[in-house]
Amino acid sequence: MATSAVEHAAPDAPAAHSKTGVWSWITTVDHKRIGIMYGVSAFVFFMFGGLEALLLRIQLGSADNTFLSPDVYNQLFTMHGTTMIFLGVMPLSAMFFNFMIPLQIGARDVVFPRLNSFSFWMFLVGAIVLNVSFLFNAAPNAGWFGYANLTETQYSPGLNTDFWVIGLMALGVASLAAAVNFFVTIINMRAPGMRLLRMPMFVWMSFITQVLLLLAFPIITVALIFLMADRYFGANFFQPDANGDPMLWQHLFWIFGHPEVYILILPPFGIVSEILPVFSRKPLFGYAAMVFSGAFIAVLGFGVWSHHMFATGMGPIADASFGLLTLLIAIPTGVKIFNWIGTIWGGSLQMKTPMYFALGFIAMFIIGGLSGIMHAAVPADLQQTDTYFVVAHFHYVLFGGSIFALLAGAYYWMPKMFGFMLNERIGKIQFWLMFIGFNITFFPMHFLGLHGMPRRVYTYPEGLGFEFWNLIETAGSMLLGFSFLVFIWNIWLSKRAGVAAPADPWDGATLEWSIPSPPQEFNFAEIPTVHARDPLWEQKRSQGRPLPEPPRVSGEGIHLPNPSVKPLITALGIGVFFTGFLLGSPWPIPASLTINLPVVLIGFAMTAYGILSWAFEPA
Amino acid sequence: MSHDTAHALHPPTTTGLDNRKLAIWTFIGSEVMFFSALIGTYLVYKGKSVVGPFPHEEWTSPTGEHFEHIFEIPLVTFGTAVLLFSSFFVVLALAGAQRGNRKMLIGWLSATVVAGLFFVGMQVYEFSHFMDKGLGYTTNLFGSTFYTLTGFHGAHVTVGLIWLGTLLILSLRGKIPPEKALNLELAALYWHFVDVVWIVIFPVVYLMK
Repeated sequence: MATSAVEHAAPDAPAAHSKTGVWSWITTVDHKRIGIMYGVSAFVFFMFGGLEALLLRIQLGSADNTFLSPDVYNQLFTMHGTTMIFLGVMPLSAMFFNFMIPLQIGARDVVFPRLNSFSFWMFLVGAIVLNVSFLFNAAPNAGWFGYANLTETQYSPGLNTDFWVIGLMALGVASLAAAVNFFVTIINMRAPGMRLLRMPMFVWMSFITQVLLLLAFPIITVALIFLMADRYFGANFFQPDANGDPMLWQHLFWIFGHPEVYILILPPFGIVSEILPVFSRKPLFGYAAMVFSGAFIAVLGFGVWSHHMFATGMGPIADASFGLLTLLIAIPTGVKIFNWIGTIWGGSLQMKTPMYFALGFIAMFIIGGLSGIMHAAVPADLQQTDTYFVVAHFHYVLFGGSIFALLAGAYYWMPKMFGFMLNERIGKIQFWLMFIGFNITFFPMHFLGLHGMPRRVYTYPEGLGFEFWNLIETAGSMLLGFSFLVFIWNIWLSKRAGVAAPADPWDGATLEWSIPSPPQEFNFAEIPTVHARDPLWEQKRSQGRPLPEPPRVSGEGIHLPNPSVKPLITALGIGVFFTGFLLGSPWPIPASLTINLPVVLIGFAMTAYGILSWAFEPA
Repeated sequence: MSHDTAHALHPPTTTGLDNRKLAIWTFIGSEVMFFSALIGTYLVYKGKSVVGPFPHEEWTSPTGEHFEHIFEIPLVTFGTAVLLFSSFFVVLALAGAQRGNRKMLIGWLSATVVAGLFFVGMQVYEFSHFMDKGLGYTTNLFGSTFYTLTGFHGAHVTVGLIWLGTLLILSLRGKIPPEKALNLELAALYWHFVDVVWIVIFPVVYLMK
């Protein structure tokens, strides 16, 4: 379907393509531009998700509040979870996969540039499908986990769950296409000498993430197909009347869902493992242990799904096995945390903004990790499950973990991506606002949870002792939301100030710092040869001095893949195909036809045209 | 699938493996999980249907309606054999492509496509025949799981047929020279995978009682 990036086009293929304008962005196959598009759209969706959270917090700020109706509350908490996971953290990681993996392994692009562009557009289609639901007052409202048989037609008759099913299917296609692409890129596009155990840790953790994506997403796809079959075609997969078992949904969902949480955290692990050595002025402690603990986490990640289901009554043997396996995960995770501390230990710390966020990540992730271990104890979990204690736990790992690390990555890599330095002072102010706001918002949730406040419920009555901490949390969440405005303000101000970023502002260790900021379209004028881990440090050490600023060169004679609109057509085709499932039949007969067949067929034809014309288009 | 004219300018890959071949293998790895979930569900729900018809036993409804058992092994066994032979045919077609033996390529690729078409035709016949015997998609868990599993396999065979059919048209126009045999090899890899999945489905679904 896709042609390799390194394959050269026909000599008569149109070589000159315009480098500016909207069309050049729509048809781009440049991994850096695609990365930026991922980043911008993911940040917009992240802000949506944050806004949803703030509305939820306002509702919970006082007892018996009527700010949101129960139905709107359900829609908002479902969309908050779905958005943050699939449209926030995952594509923010994808931004760094796109921009940084080729640079860090010394490649000119990913292996299949057009497939890469397809992944982005498919992601955007899925994200829009999910969010368009708000315009019809039919946003998904059954939780991000979509437990059957709550999602069956008799309990969720509206379009809400249909939007959710179809949006997630589209996002799954995007993730799988991207995962194949990055998996092959990392295996096959490394610069000479970049052996597997010389790869930067971010590349390693991203690689493991791609494996998780490849193996986990097919399972949620199958679960969604079953749900769709039930809802649209009257199948019996989750219908207790027909002896269908709602537990099957939970098993399939969490066999996907637990690897998914490692999909959310492993790339941030990689980011932090890049930043700590650079700002501690010493190599990563225990490189090999870091690689293998990451791989071990991924393997265990497929064997612990039922710890999300202790309350379903699986029996003591299943509970004990899954509890034990879950405890095991503490070992490789602990290895990582000690190695990070070992990296900082004795280093000459450069307290720049990325370092603040990376250190904040370690502290917050430890708290989230510890409450995670508490959940592994089945009797304790039975008390904690469905309470705010769990909400506290996963916000400490997902926000305190993933988001802190992603911001560390943003402060670390944005000078490379955009060519200007971010304001250090505002960056540190943002860190403290975010750090304090985050802890005020989420730490009291531990108390509320242990006092029995249930999650997913739109309000609580007066007199249960929940008012005080909820009010504090709501205030904290406003501070947390404000810290992101400071982030945007920082970008705007720094861009206006225009302090040009040198190629290597942090005295970095990896190859992305060996080329100008922002990189030229072809990345490397000459493909580097790698002789050691931390190749750029090695190069600087062997020369005994800082390297000169790399010149911007013309890049003439370097073949680049041609821009293409076919990936967009294919993604739109799939989008139209799925839209046909949301529109309903245009004809009254037969009554069993629940989809808009003409739209589905048009979408199918568009997709087929997109794929075939793509296959025959010179790359 | 790339069909540009200036070809074979591959810079060496890190591992020496071809990028596209590695991508197909990666995709197949992912597909294994897809079919595992489908087959796993079929097994979990095996024997759980509350009403008939059933795969291997007769059933009389409370209202006295009689249903035959659904599966008829001879036809599907023949279809299975034909699909397995198609895997053999595509290997011969690939050998023809690699040797630049156009007759061998076109002949065996046509045989592959015909065999694949026969299999899909068998499945269409089988589905409509089972419907006539009273097994609808919504009838019971057996119906839902059986049609979903074998239907998705059939859809994969159909995609393979479109792919191989496209390559057949290209080879008729002489556009699969030996240096482009990889284009066929990629399709063949996918085709073998689809066959292997059927080798699991056939005993698990049809033979196991």
